[in-house]
Amino acid sequence: MNHWIVAPIVLPAILAPFIIMVLRYHLDLQRIFSVAGVVGLLGIALTITAQATTGEIQVYELGDWPAPFGIVLVLDRMSAMMVLLTALLALPIVLYAIGSGWDDRGKHFHALFHFQLMGVCGAFLTGDAFNLFVFFEVLLIASYGLMTHGGGAVRLKAGVQYVTYNLLGSTLFLFALGTIYSVTGTLNMADLAVRVAEIPPEDTALLRVGAVLLLLVFCIKAAVLPLHFWLPASYANAPLPVAALFAIMTKVGAYSILRVYTLAFGPDVAVTEGLVGTWLQPAAMVTLAVGAIGILGSQHIARMVAFCAITSMGTLLIAISLFSEVATAAALYYIFHSTLATALLFLVADMVMERRGGAIAPTAPMPQTGLISALFFVGAIAMAGMPPLSGFVGKLLVLDASRGAPDATAVWAVILIGSFVTIVGLARAGSLIFWKSHDAQVVPPPEPEDEEATDIAVAAPEPHPGLAFSSVFGAVLGLILLTLFAGPALQYTSKTAEQLFTPDNYISAVLGREE
Amino acid sequence: MEALVASAVGVMTAAGIFLILRRRTFPVILGLSLLTYAVNVFLFATGRLALDAPAVLNKYEDVPYTDPLPQALVLTAIVISFGMTAVIVMISLSAYLSSKDDHIDMSASDSTDAPGEDA
Repeated sequence: MNHWIVAPIVLPAILAPFIIMVLRYHLDLQRIFSVAGVVGLLGIALTITAQATTGEIQVYELGDWPAPFGIVLVLDRMSAMMVLLTALLALPIVLYAIGSGWDDRGKHFHALFHFQLMGVCGAFLTGDAFNLFVFFEVLLIASYGLMTHGGGAVRLKAGVQYVTYNLLGSTLFLFALGTIYSVTGTLNMADLAVRVAEIPPEDTALLRVGAVLLLLVFCIKAAVLPLHFWLPASYANAPLPVAALFAIMTKVGAYSILRVYTLAFGPDVAVTEGLVGTWLQPAAMVTLAVGAIGILGSQHIARMVAFCAITSMGTLLIAISLFSEVATAAALYYIFHSTLATALLFLVADMVMERRGGAIAPTAPMPQTGLISALFFVGAIAMAGMPPLSGFVGKLLVLDASRGAPDATAVWAVILIGSFVTIVGLARAGSLIFWKSHDAQVVPPPEPEDEEATDIAVAAPEPHPGLAFSSVFGAVLGLILLTLFAGPALQYTSKTAEQLFTPDNYISAVLGREE
Repeated sequence: MEALVASAVGVMTAAGIFLILRRRTFPVILGLSLLTYAVNVFLFATGRLALDAPAVLNKYEDVPYTDPLPQALVLTAIVISFGMTAVIVMISLSAYLSSKDDHIDMSASDSTDAPGEDA
């Protein structure tokens, strides 16, 4: 058995308690271990991705219990890719949190960060639906702590909403799993696929209910309209480096939709035929539209970036809801891009907020305006999907994949108009924040925040601004590399999509049946 | 018995949802607890209801048994929901103490404020 598969879960699971119990009072050591842990995770992720590129689906049986009875972890191309993305995202964020001093504004940042990574990696690797629930809870519990990191009345209030919404989601998840278990008698995803295919379509009312409930749960995580209400308030009020990390959490929802609805409730399974595509696609289109309108209407940079996250989820889920191999390959490329782009914009937004407050209105110029505005410009180009960055490639792939689909016209219209509105909204925000401050005609309104802002600058100076900047440049570098190597990346995602749409290999690998 | 269990799940879910739609944290937390009770009973029933049956197979004679897996699932769910309730109580308490207001919804002033400049 290949023990590398369990390593992305075990490493943070050991490191996080170690940081809490041994290094509790030593921030410097915490930082060193935390960065070392993320680098180690990146190494592990690269190793397992290299193993997954062979195309073999590897199974790790926990406690050596055979598949339908014990819990299994499954390494295929998609899970390896998502673990790699998690590690790649975590590295600039942890460096930024150190560089900007965010980890010093509350307790246990690094420990919670690693618990969050553990939950995310676990959710990507598990092959058992109930274990997926458990890892969702692990990542959510860590996210509750991170979301309220640093305290403050507004943030705590947003935190209560966030926790309440997610507890409701967890309850719904359990109802869905219970319903599915009561019909099929299994929760192992591969076994589920076999059992679901065997059930005659006429007595599956209960199973369909379970499938729809499960889709609702994943849609809550993925912030699909009309279940997106938690996202803007939570992300905008969370510490922004944490919000950048949360960019991967909405992708956990998208990943779960792809995994469960290609494997167990696949598009050609009689029970749930056409169920997901029919409902998901209009919802995804409305998500994109509302996100774009939200970008245009936001008065605050953090809220605006939160709506950017919603638009990118809209685009992603449109691609997923097409449920074809080409579209899924495009969606997987877009997952990589949109996670990095959202995180980049959140980090830039944090730099802006630290220096001048987050209101999208003219104020006095801030220090390092040139550099920050350049970074914002790059992030905005990537997010809106303008050439030359990877957002353009991603959206082009999605549009191309939807050509033969029945609703191609609607998809094209929504994506193109949505991108246009996004460009307008980001341009408006950028010019108000960065240009108007130099305009002699504009008298900056008296800002009550100014005094407060200088107070903060005195109270919490950036310990290592250079580190913060270089970590943001690291995220930019990631986007540039993703653009330059779009060919190999797309080749990988195409093969991943091919693997997803031949679930028989997955099933026989997990259940240990010979072909 | 089926009717009793089903109606218990139904009533607890309905009451839970009703309480969650209140606007203050205390009823909302009560509602969440009721919902988790409902889901625990529901999970318990997904292995089919059986009276006086052990949760183990007997390999010597064919006696009725009850499905052990939902019981394991319920145990996990209980532990998680217990922990979660503690977390939300703590977060709501600190939110109440810092803003002197236990409304669950964000007021208009909250959303236009700069998000939590840390004190």
